[in-house]
This record gives sequence, C-alpha cells and structure tokens, in this order.
Amino acid sequence: MRAVHHLTLPRALHPGAWWLWALCMAVAASRTRNPVLLVLILAVTGFVVSARRSDAPWAHSFTAFLKLGLLVIGVRVVLQALLSTRSQGNTLLFTLPQIPLPDWAAGVKLGGDVTAEALVTALYDGGQLAVMLCCVGAANALASPRRLLKSLPGALYEMGVACVVALTFAPQLVTDGRRVRAARRLRGRTRASFRTTAMPVLEGALDRSVELAAAMDSRGYGRTAQAPRAQRRLTALCVLLGLLGILLGVYALLTDAMAFPLAAGALAAGVLLAVAAMAVGRQRVSRTRYRPDPWALPEWIVVAAGAVAAGAMVTAAVRGVNGLLLAGPLVVPPVPVLPVVGVLIGLVPAVAAPPLKAPLTKAVK
Amino acid sequence: MIEFDQVTVTYDGALQPALRDVSFTVPEGELALVIGRTGSGKSTLLRAINGLVPHFTGGTLAGRVLVDGRDTREYRPRDLADVVGMVGQDPMAGFVTDTVEDELAYSMESLGVAPDVMRRRVEETLDLLGLADVRDRALTSLSGGQRQRTAIGAALTSHPAVLVLDEPTSALDPQAAEEVLAALQRLVHDLGVTVVMAEHRLERVIQYADRVIEVPGGAAAVSTGLPAERMVTAPVAPPVVELGRLAGWSPLPLSVRDARRAAAGLRSRLDSPQPARAGVPLGAELAQCKDLVVSYGSVTALRGVSLSIKAGEVVALMGRNGAGKSTLLNSLVGILSPRSGTATAAGVDPRRTNPKRLVKAVGLVPQEPADLLYAATVADECSTADSDFKVTTGSCRALLERLAPDVPLDMHPRDLSEGQRLCLALAVVLCGAPPLLLLDEPTRGLDYGAKRRLVAILRELAAAGHAVVLSTHDVEMVAEVATRVMVLADGELVSDGETAEVIAGSPAFAPQVAKILAPLPFLTVGEVADALDRAS
Repeated sequence: MRAVHHLTLPRALHPGAWWLWALCMAVAASRTRNPVLLVLILAVTGFVVSARRSDAPWAHSFTAFLKLGLLVIGVRVVLQALLSTRSQGNTLLFTLPQIPLPDWAAGVKLGGDVTAEALVTALYDGGQLAVMLCCVGAANALASPRRLLKSLPGALYEMGVACVVALTFAPQLVTDGRRVRAARRLRGRTRASFRTTAMPVLEGALDRSVELAAAMDSRGYGRTAQAPRAQRRLTALCVLLGLLGILLGVYALLTDAMAFPLAAGALAAGVLLAVAAMAVGRQRVSRTRYRPDPWALPEWIVVAAGAVAAGAMVTAAVRGVNGLLLAGPLVVPPVPVLPVVGVLIGLVPAVAAPPLKAPLTKAVK
Repeated sequence: MIEFDQVTVTYDGALQPALRDVSFTVPEGELALVIGRTGSGKSTLLRAINGLVPHFTGGTLAGRVLVDGRDTREYRPRDLADVVGMVGQDPMAGFVTDTVEDELAYSMESLGVAPDVMRRRVEETLDLLGLADVRDRALTSLSGGQRQRTAIGAALTSHPAVLVLDEPTSALDPQAAEEVLAALQRLVHDLGVTVVMAEHRLERVIQYADRVIEVPGGAAAVSTGLPAERMVTAPVAPPVVELGRLAGWSPLPLSVRDARRAAAGLRSRLDSPQPARAGVPLGAELAQCKDLVVSYGSVTALRGVSLSIKAGEVVALMGRNGAGKSTLLNSLVGILSPRSGTATAAGVDPRRTNPKRLVKAVGLVPQEPADLLYAATVADECSTADSDFKVTTGSCRALLERLAPDVPLDMHPRDLSEGQRLCLALAVVLCGAPPLLLLDEPTRGLDYGAKRRLVAILRELAAAGHAVVLSTHDVEMVAEVATRVMVLADGELVSDGETAEVIAGSPAFAPQVAKILAPLPFLTVGEVADALDRAS
C-alpha cells in the first residue's frame, strides 16, 4: 500500500475532503427539525473537529461559529416572542405589553400573548440554522479556506488569489481599527469621526494592498498568462456560468424549488460547462504546484462517511420516515433509527482521517 | 551584475527628480550597502533594480538599468523574478500565503519550477536560513527575526542572482539582526549571490559591505566606493568609525574586532580617567507600576512588573521582540487594562481619566506612527495638533523643523518616508509636552542625523523635568541618551539599573565603544573625547 493510503500515517487531509464532509453534514441537518437529530449532528461534527483540528489560528473558528449559532437561535426566539400569534398553539406562557400599531400594519402584532408552541418552533428552526452554520465552522476549523483555494483548478487561479488576499485583509482591518481607536486616545480625542477612524484604517489597508501587489509582482505573479485576453475572459465566463449552474441545480434538488428534471438538467449543464472551461484554461497555465495535497483512501473514506450521513437523511426525508419533522411543537421528539445510524456514520473521520503531525519540538523530546 | 547608467527617476507630479543622474556598477558576488539620509531616495534606487520603478510605481525613468544583461525597460518586475529577489521593508506586508513552507514555494510556483526541484530547494532553504523548526507554522505566529528570514528565503528559492533588501534589520532586536546578517553573509560567501541592501544601522552592517553606494538626496550626486575609504569622510558613521577617526587609526577599522586590536594604545591612554557622568537630579515620581499583570487571551504579556520612574530620568526599555515592551507602554497610557496590579502615569489612573486630561499627563508615540496622523497635509497635521493639545499655534511645526528640517509641509503624511513620518508623529506628541513621554521604537528608519536631533530634544526634556521612557533595540541610542535601562524578558523585569551597569557587560546590549574599550567603562565616543580632553 502506498504511503498516502495509510489511515494512521500523520499528514494533513485534503481540504476538499473536509469541506465535502462538512457540507454533507449540513445537508443532513437541513432535512430535519427534530432536536434530537440536530443535537446529534452537532455532537458528531464537534467531536470530529476536536479530534482532528490543528493548533493553527483558524482552528478556533468552530467555537466562533457555535457562538454565532447561539446568537441566531436567540434572535429567532426573541423575534418570535415579540411577533408571535396564536396560530401555532394555545399554551399561554406569559403576556408581554402589546404595542398598538397603526391601521396600515393590520395583521402584525407587537407584544401580547406568547405561547409555548411559538417559542419551541422558533427554537427548533433557529437550531437547524445554527447546526448548519456549525458544519461550515467545522470545515473552517479543519481546513483553512486558503488551503481549499490552493487546490482550485489552474483556470481559477487568479480568482483564488483574489479571494486569498481578501481573506487576509478582513481580519487585518479589525486589528487595524482597534489600533487606530487606541491611538485616538493619544491625541486626546474622545469622539470618533470618519476622519479619525475610518480614514487611517482605509489608508492603511490601501497602503498594504499596494505593498502586497508590488511584492507579488516582484515574485512573478501573472507572469505565465500568455493567452489572448478574449480567450481568458471566455474561460472565466464559462467557469462562472458552470458554477452557477451547479449551485442552482444543487439548491433546487435540496429544496424542491424546481421540478426534478429541470434541476438535474441545470446541474448536468453546469458540471459540463465548468469541466470544459477548466480543461481549456489548464492549457495556458504553466504554473506548478508545491506539494499538492494528495487525494487517497482516507479522503475517499471521509467523503463517503459524509455522503452516507447525508444520504440517510435525504432518503428518510424522501420516504417520509417518521421523526424527521415533529407532529407538533410540544411533543416529545422521537428517535428514528435509520437517520440516527446514518448521522453516527459521520463520526468515521475522527478515526479514518490521518492524525496531524505532532509539532517538531514535542517529537524531539 | 547590476549596472545603472545615468539613471534619473521623476515621479508623476513631482517637481524634483527622486534620483538624479545615477551611474554605478555592482559586480557579481558583492554585498553593496546603500546609505543616505531618511527620504533621500534609497528605496527608489532599490526598486529600480527589479523594475518596480517605473513599471509599478509610475513616473519616468531616464537612462538605463541593466540587471544580468536584461534592461528593465523591456522586462517587467515579474519577468525579472528569476533574476532579482526583492525583500521589502515590512516582511509581513509582502507575504502572500499563510505558512512558512508555502511562502517559500510561492515564487517558484509562479515561475513554473518542476515539483521535485521545488521540494528540494525548499528543504535546502529551510536549512540555510535555520527555519526547519517552524516550517509548518503560520506566518502570523513567527517572531520578527523568523519573519525576516522567511521573507529572505521566499526571495531566495527561485535562485536569483541578485537579492535586494530594504532595511532588513531595522525592526529587529540585536540577536535577531545578527541571525539575519549571518544568513546574508552565507549567501554572499558560499553561494555568490549579489546583495544590495539599504540600512540605516551602519554599526550592524558596515563590516560586511564590499561597496558603499551613498545616496545624498537632493541635487548632490550618488557616489560609490570602498567602505573603509568612504567612512573616512562620510558625514554619517557608526561609533566604531568615529572612535577610529578620533584616535587617528589608519586603516580605519570597520568591525569591533579590528578596532579592539588597534585600541591597545588608546586603552592605556584612558586608563586612569573615568568617564564624567553627571548624576541626574531626580524629581517627583511620574510613572509607577505595582505588580502589573497584563494578558491577551491565554498569553501573559507582563507578569508582575513593578517599577517607579521619576522626573528627570530617561529610561530605555530593552528586550527581544515580544518581551512585553509595547504592552508596558500601552498600559501606562490606558490602552490596555491590567488583569491585576496597577499602572499610574503622572499621578493619574490612565484607564479612568478622560483622554483630554490624560494627554496633559502622558504622551505615547506608538509603534505605527501613522495611526496618530489624520490630516491631509503636514501643515494641517501640525495645526490640528496645536489645537488638540491647546498649545500656542506653530509649536508643533517648530518642533518638526528641529527634528526634520526638510519635510515638505504640503505633502500628505502617508507619502513621507518612514523616518519623516516618525518625526512628524514625534513632533505631534512632543508639542503637548506631557510630563511623562513614552516612545515605542522611536529610532526605526531614522538616520544618524535625525537620531542625534532626537537625542538632543530628549535630553532637554529630561533636564526640564520630564520623564522619558523609550522602548528600543538601538543600543547606541541607549548609550547616548538613557540614564537607566530596564530589560524585559518573557514579561518579567530581569534587570533594572544605571545604563553603564546594565548594558556594558551584556554581550547583546553592549554598545560598540564599550566592546572596544572593555574593561574600561566608556559607552560613547563623546565620553572618550571628553576623557582625552581632560587627560591632555
């Protein structure tokens, strides 16, 4: 067996595999509002993240997404409490003071009675969104989006670099803003103004991008694009259209927004366009790639585990298996066997993905 | 290898050319050092080597620049990427990827080097620059020296014949600077790379240079020559050279080792007299920390620092990058809040004082001086500073004129050179004349002349009853101006005492004069001149 196929030999898993797995888990979450299944999906992704994440700065993003998820649930519940009507049920919890609204807002109610059904529904709906967010967070924590962009096909290279640069600048702007705000104190100013906050930050960002562009130019960026401009634009357009088609197709398949044949057609056309464009674009690229991430057995297993989890949920949803959607907000959520087993298979990457390399200093000791 | 033939560079909209009629040649395998005052056009000259001037910056370049036989008129910077490796002033700003290994491979990927060659060269470069331990680390988690070496490595992997560096050691502590210079020396000696480097800190680099290119700025002509010859008359010179001139040594020594061998006679002449150091009359306590602990998340930047600084003192805060120097200064102005313990500045708690009143007690020039500047022109900036600090109109401009006489008043602060910008920020803070003045690395990018003027101003302030605290890596500056030195390591105060006591004995922090004349307790050329005067 070749070294790359070993499950236990330390190396970084292909970022694409992590993202596919995480997206599959998100698809699984999108099929249910059963809190038991949602919590189970969250636990599975959280466990895999804690088992396989590195100690790089971006590896902490799972917690950040978890907090974002809690925020989403909170906002959802509060809004529901403010706007709730008795349409979902009649179990009265408490009554908020009702704010009278003018006539043109008839049908909208602010404050008033709050029912348990309304709150629980909001909790479950928000929970579903939160769990899907956490799946994206898991992908972020396991493989930095930059590494994913690195494995983009050559035809998309320029676009990838632009994204990478943008990804660096966003966090940099935050630190700059903090620094400039601190510096404002040093001039004895208390009030913020556009001139004293945004200007220095933006000027700094502009300076840095010019500096980075100069560095990239000196290091040979853009040196190999010898193809005529028209051809380059055509390829880029085809790639974009293709990706759009894929996006549309996948969305339609998942949400029943379009008839099945139409959605499948969009997906197929998209894939075809994208593949063709990349094949053409590839010819003009004479860049090479340093240590490309291999795609071997562990990657296949990780993706398969995600696919099984998503597949189980989607199949269950299509077959109408009991327990994915609750009969009413206040019933005790059931535990359907097939989806639970499916989601649990999503745990496989915690052992199947190769462990990370131990830091050198530890290994020497 | 590099040939400038009557090169004149004029930026768009500029009245004066940035470089005028420059001609010189740098043969293969030499280390050429570009020196000159702040803002004299050194960066322009370096950027003309790989065609960034004028292809990237705009402007007009008259004359001809040939690098390895290629004319920069026909080759863009990206087409010269296999011949010239460029390392900018701030390595962090030039990083494209996020880990050390990827960064090293980036230029080779752009050049289309075969994967197996790339792999081999990355491994070789990791070893050459001593980066193997950090190969997987994120670039943001590296120390200053490691970042600078990564930037050099990233320029080296494509095996360029010429390496161009803009102030590679100015932001580094003495140890990290030595790592970087040792790496450069290896490149020149073992691999025959031609290195062109601009640097203000001549005391660190002059001994390694084979050739000096002096860019005087303005209308004066650019001239080149051998370091030992140039140093005899150069207006800017490191302490070792000034000592040599004072003692009349010939040939002029450029390194501490050569000077020490020539110094036996001088040491015996100086044997009896001690340097005259006037005791500082101390006033009221202006800064105080009691068991100060500051942490960022899980990192403890300061653990239990206690200190007291009185009026009339000039305190130098030293220690490697990341030892907690900036954290200490920032806590004294209330930018950071302590986890426990207290920090008091001029009798007030900086966290609980209104900024308007705080600036009357304590002033800080931050590490990024541009953060303090908001106005669109230098003149505007000066007048806003006057009104911010409620001082008489024109005092900021007067200070600026003392610090940097040639800063054009109608320029945008962002367009100034790094040194000029620092002078402007210094002038802004100094015009408030706060009793406690804090400076975070005030010498980065400053030339000797500006440093001398800064020293004079700081001494005046101290004599007028201010307390000054400056964090710096510049040991020569410390020897000139500081009355007391504190060394921080890992967030703790490891030594605190009079300048001579703390720095003279330390291998890393001793100034050149102390190294040359050890065991005599002299720190600066001025002290030696004084002692010789008194002896004769």
